[in-house]
Order: sequence, then C-alpha cells, then structure tokens
Amino acid sequence: MLSVRLYFLQRITALLMVPLVLGHLAVIVYAVQGGLSAAEILGRTRESALWFMFYGIFVVAVSVHAAIGVRAVVHEWVGLKGAALEVVMWITGLGLFALGARAVWAVTFA
Amino acid sequence: MTSKSLKVTIERGAAAKSAQHVFHVPAHESQTVLDVVSWIQQYADPTLSYRFACRVGMCGSCAMMVNGVPRWTCRTHVSKVLEGNAITIGPLRNLPTIKDLVVDMDPFFEKWIAAEGMHHGGLTREDPIAPVDEKSAARLEANAGIECINCSVCYAACDTVAGNPEYLGPAALQRAWTLLNDAKDEGRNAILDAVSGKGGCQNCHSMGSCTAYCPYELDPMSAIAGLKRETTKSFFNRVRGC
Amino acid sequence: MRAARGIASRAHPLWLAYVLHRLSGVGLAVFLPFHFWVLATATTAPKRLDAFLAMTEASAVKLAECGLVFLLAVHMFGGLRLMALEWLPWRPSQKSLAAGAAATSFLIAALFLLKAV
Repeated sequence: MLSVRLYFLQRITALLMVPLVLGHLAVIVYAVQGGLSAAEILGRTRESALWFMFYGIFVVAVSVHAAIGVRAVVHEWVGLKGAALEVVMWITGLGLFALGARAVWAVTFA
Repeated sequence: MTSKSLKVTIERGAAAKSAQHVFHVPAHESQTVLDVVSWIQQYADPTLSYRFACRVGMCGSCAMMVNGVPRWTCRTHVSKVLEGNAITIGPLRNLPTIKDLVVDMDPFFEKWIAAEGMHHGGLTREDPIAPVDEKSAARLEANAGIECINCSVCYAACDTVAGNPEYLGPAALQRAWTLLNDAKDEGRNAILDAVSGKGGCQNCHSMGSCTAYCPYELDPMSAIAGLKRETTKSFFNRVRGC
Repeated sequence: MRAARGIASRAHPLWLAYVLHRLSGVGLAVFLPFHFWVLATATTAPKRLDAFLAMTEASAVKLAECGLVFLLAVHMFGGLRLMALEWLPWRPSQKSLAAGAAATSFLIAALFLLKAV
C-alpha cells in the first residue's frame, strides 16, 4: 500500500517541517497579541522574499506530507485501494498545493 | 468457588458472525480460558469447534479473542480476565474464521514465507560449523525475537493488519529481523527486498499492540523499527550508488 | 457498537498515541484548505478577511483556534516521537523519557507564551 519511496517522502517532509512548524507557532503566538487584522498580516509578509520562501517550502512539504498521510488513512479506515487510492492521494496533494500556493502568493507578491 | 458459575459468551463462526451463544460454566479455582472452552465442548455443546494442543504455551494453537483481547487461552487464567462474572470468547481477529473458534492460519504463514522467514544457508555439510559470537550486538538482537511460537496473537492485535490486508504483520517481520541479524543466514538482500515490498515494514505505524499483547513479551515493534532502519540505510546506499 | 467495545478493550498508551497522531493529522488536513482559502481572501476581498479575523475574537472561535494549535503541536511532537522510535536504536525507557521531556518543556513554553499574551 505504501511504497518505501512514499515512506521516505513522508519522513523527509516531516523533518523539513519541524523548524517550519516551530516558526509558524511562534508567529501565531506573536501575531495574535492585540488581535489580528489583514493589514497586520500583509504588513509582515508583503514583498518579503523570506516569508515567501518560508511559507512556500511549508506549502510544498505539507502538500506531499498530507497526501501520503491521507492515503494511508483512507486505505486503512475506508478501504479504498488501487487507482481510486492513487487518485485520492494526488487530488489531496495537488489540491492542497494549489490552495496553499494561492494563499502564499496572496499575502506576499500579489 | 465451585458453586459459582461463569457466564460465558462464545462468538461463533464466520457465517454467523453475530451469533452469540451464552453458556453457564461451573467456576473452579486456577481455571484457564481453555478449560472453560473445553468444558463447553465436552458438557454443553459438542458441536463447538476450537483448536489446542499442548496446553502449556508452547505450541501456539489456542489463541483466541478474550474480551476483545487476543490471548493464549491455555495460559490465561479466568480470574485475570473476568468482567464481573462474564467472559466473552471469540475467534482470533484478522484471520478468516473456519468454524466457531477456529481460524484459518494460512494467510499468517504465507506472509511469514513472503517476509523470507526461512533460513538462507550458504554452507554445506562438508563445511566446518560457523562460530556464533553469543555476545555480539547482532546476536543479541536476533536472540530477542527467536522465541516466537507463531501463535498469531500479535497479528490479531495489529490494527494495521486489520486495515491493510497486504501488510506482512508483526510476527513475520520480527522473524525477518532475527534472520537479518543471524550470522549464519546469508539472505540479507532477499530479506531486505521482502520487507520493503508492498506490504513491508514501512506500513507499520508503531502503535505497539504487537509488543503490548505478545504472551512471550517479545517486542516485534522494535524489531520492525530495526527493519525500517536497515531499509533506510540500504535505500540511501542505493540512491548514492546510482 | 461491539466493534467499538473491542477497540476500547485493546487500547493501551502507545496505541492511543497512534490514534491521536492519526486524528490530529486528519484534522489538520481538513482544516488546511479553509486556512489557505481564508488567507487568499487577503487580496481577493480584504474586507472579508478583516470581518473573518474580527470573528476570531469571539471566545468560541478562540477555543477552536487553540484546538488547531494543539493539533499542530501534538502532531509534530507525535511525529518526532515516531521518528525517534523508528530510527534511533534507543531503549524504550529512553524514548519515553525523551518524549516526556519534550512534552513537558513544550507545555512550560506554551504556558509562558500564553501568559505573555
């Protein structure tokens, strides 16, 4: 069900996301002080190559990671297999990537 | 204690998965679950099918679900598992039921073979006996897992097996790990290929039910982790190679 | 019902950690599309984003947010535990200790930060 290649992709993206998650949690804790606003978020991220990189890598990693995770859960708990399972994995991955890329673009260079 | 009786529910058969038959069995001191099943077969319902052989935890044939937990029935005292006055006994999980409490162990053993759980010899009877260093780290790893008697308790306990029919399961993978660490076994590449295939060790989610329920207190979960490490190493060696 | 009872009877700490990891993962996967969609409104409809952000001040929403942060943290530490267990040939006791230490330090850090907020 899960090839060794997918197993490694899952672990590598996980390791990659450890510093990103910590960073993101820190930003959350920092940013919610005194409430959130669109202007505040955009003020931090707009035109910033650094935030673009940070969240860009995050989105790619999470898309791969979540797609493989969803694949395992859907196979084991829903019983989906074969081509249907591949389709679910790819839709999850590509869907998350598309939505995530759109969001990152929106808060940085759009 | 002899005057008391136990309320025993037997979950019978594949065709009648929901068939629950209740029996009242006289309670005794030092009574095992296997004693209870045997009493029912001998005194209440001779049509009840079940499997046992040695009665002392050596043969691995009497495992059943006892109150939802896989156990050797011969080494499980009733007093240890009784819920109030009741006990529920069913056929082992994750294997096809043949009849009543008897499951078909074929898939379990087929996976044992699929994981290369057999000796890969390289010597002939003409060769001198290869020395085994009892203190080497590899031998200690192998020793930790070789007492497995194939009772399938770990296989029945594993939810990954339940959801992923291709998964080789804890017992087969643990045997592969002992062979990988066996100085006399020369099947390293065959084993690594077998345990990293479709149903390989990478499917394990380390939930540890195998280790939690192994009646011999073996640790298949750590053995599988060992296989994951070796698979990882050989994967990166192969990547570097090409 | 009987299946649920069967599952409950087999539960043990490591198994619960596995379930928690899986459920938090599914929760995050479900939440992420909404998260991304809301952020994208920063350009498509900035007013709507502000309206949404204002709503996050409500205590029920705050609670849900805490839940999400918890999912993220628990999934990350659960994953680190898993990778340590798989890849580092530690003894089980060392692993529990490490996991305990990580969880405790995280809790302390979280408390400090919450106080700061």
